[in-house]
Amino acid sequence: MSADAPPTPSSALNVPEVLTGSGAILRSLEHLGVKDVFGLPGGAIMPFYDELMSSEKIRHILVRHEQGAGHAAEGYASSSGKVGVAIATSGPGATNLVTAIADAYMDSVPLLAITGQVFSTSMGTDAFQEIDIVGITMPITKHSFLVTKAEDIPKTLAAAYQIASTGRPGPVLVDVTKDAQQGSAPFVWPTSVDLPGYRPVVKAHGKQIQAAAQLLAEAKRPVLYVGGGVVRAGASAELLALAEAVGAPVVTTLMARGAFPDSHEQHLGMPGMHGTVPAVLAIQESDLLVSLGARFDDRVTGKASEFAPDAKVIHVDIDPAEISKIRTADVPIVGDAKDVIADLSSAFATASSGEKPDLSEWWARLNNLRKQFPLGYDEPEDGLLSPQYVIERIGKITGPEGVYAAGVGQHQMWAAQFIQYERPGAWLNSGGAGTMGYSVPAAMGAKVANPERTVWAIDGDGCFQMTNQELATCTINEIPIKVAVINNSSLGMVRQWQTLVYNGRYSFTDLNTGHDTVMIPDFVKLAEAYGALAIRVTKKEEVDDAIRLANETNDRPVVIDFVVSRDAMVWPMVQQGLGNSSVQYARDHAPAWEEE
Amino acid sequence: MSHVLSLLVEDKPGLLTRVAGLFARRGFNIESLAVGKSEIAGLSRITVVVDVEELPLEQVTKQLNKLVNVIKVVELDPAQTVQREHMLIKVRVDNTTRSQILEAATLFRARIVDVSTDAVVIEVTGDTAKTQALLRVLEPYGVKEIAQSGLLAIGRGSKSITERIFKN
Repeated sequence: MSADAPPTPSSALNVPEVLTGSGAILRSLEHLGVKDVFGLPGGAIMPFYDELMSSEKIRHILVRHEQGAGHAAEGYASSSGKVGVAIATSGPGATNLVTAIADAYMDSVPLLAITGQVFSTSMGTDAFQEIDIVGITMPITKHSFLVTKAEDIPKTLAAAYQIASTGRPGPVLVDVTKDAQQGSAPFVWPTSVDLPGYRPVVKAHGKQIQAAAQLLAEAKRPVLYVGGGVVRAGASAELLALAEAVGAPVVTTLMARGAFPDSHEQHLGMPGMHGTVPAVLAIQESDLLVSLGARFDDRVTGKASEFAPDAKVIHVDIDPAEISKIRTADVPIVGDAKDVIADLSSAFATASSGEKPDLSEWWARLNNLRKQFPLGYDEPEDGLLSPQYVIERIGKITGPEGVYAAGVGQHQMWAAQFIQYERPGAWLNSGGAGTMGYSVPAAMGAKVANPERTVWAIDGDGCFQMTNQELATCTINEIPIKVAVINNSSLGMVRQWQTLVYNGRYSFTDLNTGHDTVMIPDFVKLAEAYGALAIRVTKKEEVDDAIRLANETNDRPVVIDFVVSRDAMVWPMVQQGLGNSSVQYARDHAPAWEEE
Repeated sequence: MSHVLSLLVEDKPGLLTRVAGLFARRGFNIESLAVGKSEIAGLSRITVVVDVEELPLEQVTKQLNKLVNVIKVVELDPAQTVQREHMLIKVRVDNTTRSQILEAATLFRARIVDVSTDAVVIEVTGDTAKTQALLRVLEPYGVKEIAQSGLLAIGRGSKSITERIFKN
């Protein structure tokens, strides 16, 4: 997190070697320690691909669609903490990366996107496959570069990598013209990166830490509200220490699932629209909300003006712009979660004179909520498989060392609720952007970064049809992911809202992939066509065997078509626009909360 | 409420798009914009007047600071700064109005920079209140065209923004 360039092997001798621009891209990536890249070649990036072919240090995985490269790089990054790299050609190649870049921007994923661009002399002439990708991605990148000269390549890539991976991580795009790739220049690796306008604050202000510790020592109903920043900062150990020292309840947002162990006594679950009742109401009733790397997303706060109405707020974030954006912080703390939480622990020890605050009344209330409103689900009335059961079993049988990448929708919420996460990086999903189709390529990327781990894509029948072409990539490149298609034959989350908000008018949400339909496509045949092991599961008693078989199969990808009930809904739920105190445990069932 | 921001930025391609795009994206209206070189090679200064309340202003400042090519963002307090804008006004004249218009220009310490039989171009420099006042005086005669710069602003006294940045 310093201003210096990442460590480099000492290869630079006296006279710099003259390389082509494309050679310089490759050499730069090697200097940066990049081991795996995902991409697809095309005209404007061909000079680089010609170099890449001979690389022994970098594994290139040829995807079937550039969006797959983008999400794979995201899954790679989110599961490992390393920078993910995606490569595409100019024009449509580059625009196909846009969704993944936006996704990485919303979820602060360190992503380096390298795109080819037409000759600099052709730029601005509407040349073949010319698209202003730097312009298009300005609002969705942390920064972007256009490189038109070979000599600029090493320093640009060093800067891009540093911006992507430090501070609040995010996507950086480097657009390299074909003439820059074809030109040549002495390869000079920068000793430091010169970015006068880029200085992320890492170490927090001591006075603010003291103030926060004091509030923590005095609070009667504190809650640690943990966001994805704790995962990105690798601050789980520090969080555990702080939580145990204070004895306060912990909630982990959708982006933070696994940042704090689910099995821990102090963990109340996920807050927000589909959070647990104890997590949602703990925040509503708290007198001190300690936000750690979270950003008060609307899916967490519900109606923001009614969110945690009695709480003072300590807001820790590495991005100053997140602090007081939605909710004014009483104690704003800008810094890296890892450092800040550690500092907070030691300041708390002083402020509390080493004594744990008495939170017994608070815990009595919370434990009562936990007893009354545990997470659960009803078996579907139509006698079909329960999607929650399937997902729960995948988590139970595979265990906390597995990696779970979800798509977006009902199955994503169930996967966040019913799989136990014990470690950061075990749970991958598209939280901010809500990108359907994230799951299969993200799981592929995660498997490349963690070949020793079992990696599941928990997908829906809608999502799966958006990016399943990457199964070909998985089979051919021996990336044996497991895909669970939670097949409810519909765009389930939209359908749920249609049930609840639109009087059961199911406008264009039938996908005809499931029970009692034409089943187009037939996911088993489709998976077999891609060379995967394909299993269809329709009965409860088949679930465990299918999951075990999938976990034991490592010579090819596995796709299980779980044909489930379409009527299952995600509960609890706070309907959009309402305050979180209106949380419904199940349909027509709202918990009573304590009157003041 | 209007606020004047002074941005020290790296002179890079697309910089203005990044800054303007950020304002548009976050829903802030730019009232005036002036861009030019700064006293340091490779750095430009952008003076932006934006109409926002205190809290969203803080958000826009923080978002501007996140742009990699933006080195410094300072809000300039009107009481502590000199603010000027530059305006060229083409006014219709005839034999009966010419002397009145010349007199008005003189009162505002404005200059006539072009004369033809039925129009003059008046150049005026000053803060917004002054240029607007002159405009109001000239309007009855028939303002045919105006061209106006964005507001420029600089702090009073010996200190400079760049000194503060590069001192440490």
